[in-house]
Amino acid sequence: MKTATKMKTIGDTVPNWDVDPVLSVEHLTMRFGGLVAVGDLSFNVGRGDITALIGPNGAGKTTVFNCVTGFYKPTEGRIVMRHGPGRQDDAVQAVTASGLKWKSAAEGGVFLLERMPDHEISHKAKVARTFQNIRLFGGMTALENLLVAQHNPLMVASGFSLGGILGLPHYKKAQSAAIDKAVYWLERTHLVDRADDPAADLPYGAQRRLEIARAMCIGPQLLCLDEPAAGLNPRESAELNELLKYIRDEHNVSVLLIEHDMGVVMEISDHVVVLDYGVKISDGPADAVKTDPKVIAAYLGVDDEAEIDVPEIRRDVAKVVAAAEAEKPAARRSAAKARKPAAKAGKAAAKTAGAAKADTATAMKLVGQTKSAKAPAKSSASKAKPAAKPKAAAKARSVAKTEPAAKAASPATSSATAAAKAKPATPAAAKPAPGKKTAPAKPAASEIKIANAGDYPGKQPHGTKKPRTGGGNNLTRIKGIGPANEKKLNALGIWHFDQIAAWTKAEIDWVGAYLSFPGRIEREQWVKQAKVLARGGETEFSKRVDKGDVPTSVPGRRGAAPARKPASKGGKA
Amino acid sequence: MSVQAETLLSVRGVETYYGKIVALRGVDIDVHRGEIVTMIGANGAGKSTLMMTICGQPQARNGQVIYDGQDITLMPTHEIISLGIAQSPEGRRIFPRMTVMENLQMGAALVDPGLFDEDLAKVFKLFPRLKERIAQRGGTLSGGEQQMLAIARALMSRPKLLLLDEPSLGLAPLIVKQIFDAIRVLNEEEGLTVFLVEQNAFHALKLAHRGYVMVNGNITMSGTGAELLKREEVRAAYLEGGRH
Amino acid sequence: MAASDTNKPVVAQRGDPNSMYESVKDAAMAALLAGVLGFFFIGIRTDIAPGGLDLKMRWGAWIVAILVVFAGRLLLNLFVYKTRTPVTRSLSSGLPGSENTLAQVGKWLKWGLLAFAVVLPFFFTIFFPSRDRQFIDLAILIMTYIMLGWGLNIVVGLAGLLDLGYVAFYAVGAYSFALMAQYFDFGFWLALPLAGLLAACWGLILGFPVLRLRGDYLAIVTLAFGEIIRVVLLNWYEFTNGPDGISGIPKPTFFGLELKRGEGGFADFFGIAYDPIQRFIFLYYIIFILALITNFVTMRLRRLPIGRAWEALREDEIACRSLGINTRNTKLTAFAIGAMFGGFAGSFFATRQGFISPESFTFLESAIILAIVVLGGLGSQIGVVIAAVVMIGGIEMLRNLGFLQQVFGSGFDPAQYRMLIFGLAMVLIMVWKPRGLISTREPSAVLKERKRIGADMVAQGEGH
Repeated sequence: MKTATKMKTIGDTVPNWDVDPVLSVEHLTMRFGGLVAVGDLSFNVGRGDITALIGPNGAGKTTVFNCVTGFYKPTEGRIVMRHGPGRQDDAVQAVTASGLKWKSAAEGGVFLLERMPDHEISHKAKVARTFQNIRLFGGMTALENLLVAQHNPLMVASGFSLGGILGLPHYKKAQSAAIDKAVYWLERTHLVDRADDPAADLPYGAQRRLEIARAMCIGPQLLCLDEPAAGLNPRESAELNELLKYIRDEHNVSVLLIEHDMGVVMEISDHVVVLDYGVKISDGPADAVKTDPKVIAAYLGVDDEAEIDVPEIRRDVAKVVAAAEAEKPAARRSAAKARKPAAKAGKAAAKTAGAAKADTATAMKLVGQTKSAKAPAKSSASKAKPAAKPKAAAKARSVAKTEPAAKAASPATSSATAAAKAKPATPAAAKPAPGKKTAPAKPAASEIKIANAGDYPGKQPHGTKKPRTGGGNNLTRIKGIGPANEKKLNALGIWHFDQIAAWTKAEIDWVGAYLSFPGRIEREQWVKQAKVLARGGETEFSKRVDKGDVPTSVPGRRGAAPARKPASKGGKA
Repeated sequence: MSVQAETLLSVRGVETYYGKIVALRGVDIDVHRGEIVTMIGANGAGKSTLMMTICGQPQARNGQVIYDGQDITLMPTHEIISLGIAQSPEGRRIFPRMTVMENLQMGAALVDPGLFDEDLAKVFKLFPRLKERIAQRGGTLSGGEQQMLAIARALMSRPKLLLLDEPSLGLAPLIVKQIFDAIRVLNEEEGLTVFLVEQNAFHALKLAHRGYVMVNGNITMSGTGAELLKREEVRAAYLEGGRH
Repeated sequence: MAASDTNKPVVAQRGDPNSMYESVKDAAMAALLAGVLGFFFIGIRTDIAPGGLDLKMRWGAWIVAILVVFAGRLLLNLFVYKTRTPVTRSLSSGLPGSENTLAQVGKWLKWGLLAFAVVLPFFFTIFFPSRDRQFIDLAILIMTYIMLGWGLNIVVGLAGLLDLGYVAFYAVGAYSFALMAQYFDFGFWLALPLAGLLAACWGLILGFPVLRLRGDYLAIVTLAFGEIIRVVLLNWYEFTNGPDGISGIPKPTFFGLELKRGEGGFADFFGIAYDPIQRFIFLYYIIFILALITNFVTMRLRRLPIGRAWEALREDEIACRSLGINTRNTKLTAFAIGAMFGGFAGSFFATRQGFISPESFTFLESAIILAIVVLGGLGSQIGVVIAAVVMIGGIEMLRNLGFLQQVFGSGFDPAQYRMLIFGLAMVLIMVWKPRGLISTREPSAVLKERKRIGADMVAQGEGH
């Protein structure tokens, strides 16, 4: 119901975090000596949203946290915390000009966090935080930890200790209220049985939860969590997700979190901000960000070049290549030779083609909410994004609860069937992907025998010993497949887009496990891309490949072997 | 496999206590030369305690830890380390006030200084990020970079046996992959023996030749990585939720 | 147990490292070391001889020293260091020293000690009429140190700020009263609160510069502060009378009645016979009540948000700040309240002695008070009591070591070995209980079950 009201207020155009930001980070810069940890960073955290801050290690995420919570004084920039609805631009301007640290009114308040010391940020601006390496009071009991968090109200109630020393009843009442609050959060975090145990004695997962409970005891409006799922096992992560959603929905607390666990990020985040080298590289709804090529390159990883260094795979590849070479007609070899000189011409041709097509929106359709790298397309893209967001969010809140992996796996635009399709992993759920094209003799066992095929969950997809006449497709035109993965797929007998397009859920699982990046095939929507490419269409990514903009893909081949195109268009041999 | 013939590390019936609390209840594991062995289990199962017990801190109250034919159960930690065991401990434990370079030098303290540059180049190849941060103090690194530094420092001692406690903790997905690949390469090409404690069960079991599952201070299952990956109990307890 | 790999490791069993060989080797090393060092310290004796120094070799003593070290080390190796089952382990589990037992005993001990403290003067006057004055005086001294220990415990034990200059506040309290008496004719009861307040102010003044310091730096600056106060008192001759000290400090009165012989005195008013012991008993009860107040306030504060904030500060300062605790103010209150009790104790000291000089406030005093706190167990109130009794009482008891003369012959002067024996005892206690006699922590708030918290969980704070 909260979601419904939100949808109304944002009018399906501007995202919640721009309309009703609880926190605005504006042009934040943080330098340590010569090192720029964060450079001119701006983003908003929407009220009632769960916002994730992700990025590679050392990208400056924790630095941003420390600036927001006052542990660092930013070199430049403004950090505005707002109580009460709306942007309150006038109030923000007034406080900024006045030189005050904050100004609170009956219905809200504006706090300039960069001017406030850390303890005031917690006490006055109601921003609570947890730490990457848990910082509990180890020698104090869980209960005591939560009472320390209520220091300031209790301090007032105890008459700054004087009344407390004299044993006035007023303080006793306040103390028992504080204990009630602590017990409430202990129950919420399933720690009430350990209330009288020292915090250092609790297992790791319980310590993480206790730290969140402690942060909640200060009664925050914004909760900042630094890697809350680090070191948790899947079950604990799932519990954490529920806890965070509960905090957001029942206590109207906005959450800003740093997390590497994409399962957590994609499932619960309303909004994701991606940093790399202290600079924002992507910002938007979770579904849009996870398909953003910049994010994949910097963070999630397409760089599978490294995998060729994995000896066992190298062996596999070598074996298959040798076998293929032996059988292959000499023609193929000569074609391969021709590939190189032709590459340059092909690249140039592709460039002009790409420029001509830049305005057509066809590409947008495929990659969905992907942020376009091209400047002119940017404005329309950013408008298109939010439209999809409430829908996705609403779905996530109602559906995703029962299906942890569903949201992460399903593209934003696809409907509930897609979500169901992405249901985790039981091989039994294998069901042909909807809308697939007629596929080559699917039920038949693969011609390729992988010795330890049974080691991986799911089912090995059908593969052929060699490509159909005309040779295989350039699989690197699919985003997420680099030369190494292409070789590995070839080793599995996968040569064509239509083969990938026909993969079932079980087969996706199997290939994901075999290539040792489970979940990525779904995340990067290989199947969907393959379908488009098999039809002879183009994706945003394939266009970039053809232009030679993607270092991990092989641009020349398409131009070099145009003869192959009809084969792929036909979809079958 | 021929490499399995020789046991490098053998833990026999080890029981470890913290005060009166039992942390390990008679653990038996073997790590053969040239193997990657992983230990998975829930938080608080005793995985890290086992790792620390191998290093003699705390010492096992009962049972034996035998490394390379030598009983190291009651040896002081520094002597154990000088036998060629390196550890990247839980919580990283880098030297926060020393630079990245100095941290790495500390790691190489027991190694012939002539090999330092070569080793340094090797770890920088694994972790290019550290090269960028070479003059920065350890404490100012981000959490993930500290993790890289801890592993790099352990590698600098040219260990025969590398003990890694949750190397993937707090690292970006891409880096996790790199680290696991790096471990595999070190194992494959240099014959480094690795004992790895992990929460990230999928990657760990995929990487390891053999694995053990620890529950409540006991080993409840063991087998090859692939065997364990297939087992329903393991999948249910440590792999569910599609979190890899 | 599914398929735990059980192919037996190929191990040349070298057996336990407690083998005789290892132990003897280690003991021999120790003996060699003792031989080298002992050659100069024990083996050579210098005497004044006509025309310079005369060197005399004492081979016998040297060899005995080496043998003692060898045998001692060997025994330790065989039974403690190099064995699988150290005797210390079974010993410590058998001793009442194991945490729970001690805590249990501590509970009863608390009330027992309190009851004894209430009747103490009468106990001594009745049972030791000949030496009652000496014993009560000692009790007053011990009680003073208990109070100082409790005061310092707030700073070191609760807030975790290592203060090596606590004696400065003791001095401020003492001199405040002495100077107020000298210049303004203030009596003890009027000066007492003022002295406490002044000391608290000095606590704040010290607190400010050390707020940002951590660890060793904090300890060193507090140490310097203690010395500065003493040096100022020593050199500001016109005001403090320098090394000559201040004498004639008035005695406390009992609601206006002086405890003196003759007309208008305490004894006269109540119609009882005057006895000089009355003054000692009176002083004893004053310090007893002051100490009780200190204890009461500390215990209350521990259960108040400020006390919890102190302990949280000791555990993790950064986490405290993230929870909205103003750590600066919290540290300052710890310093100020600790200093205040030091000031109270100081003015009591002044009135008891009747004469003070800077000599009474050397670093050694700080060290003794800190030792009491550390020995008792950081943050433990009853631990401080036991430690004060052991330390202050122990040092005094060691004055009467006549029996040792029977052991070592008449040439042996036990008083010379007092500090050596005392130091040895301290070392042994710290080996036995490295975190102090009572090292467990009692939680300040309980939901269902009160569990004591082991010392290994509790952080020690800055400067330890």
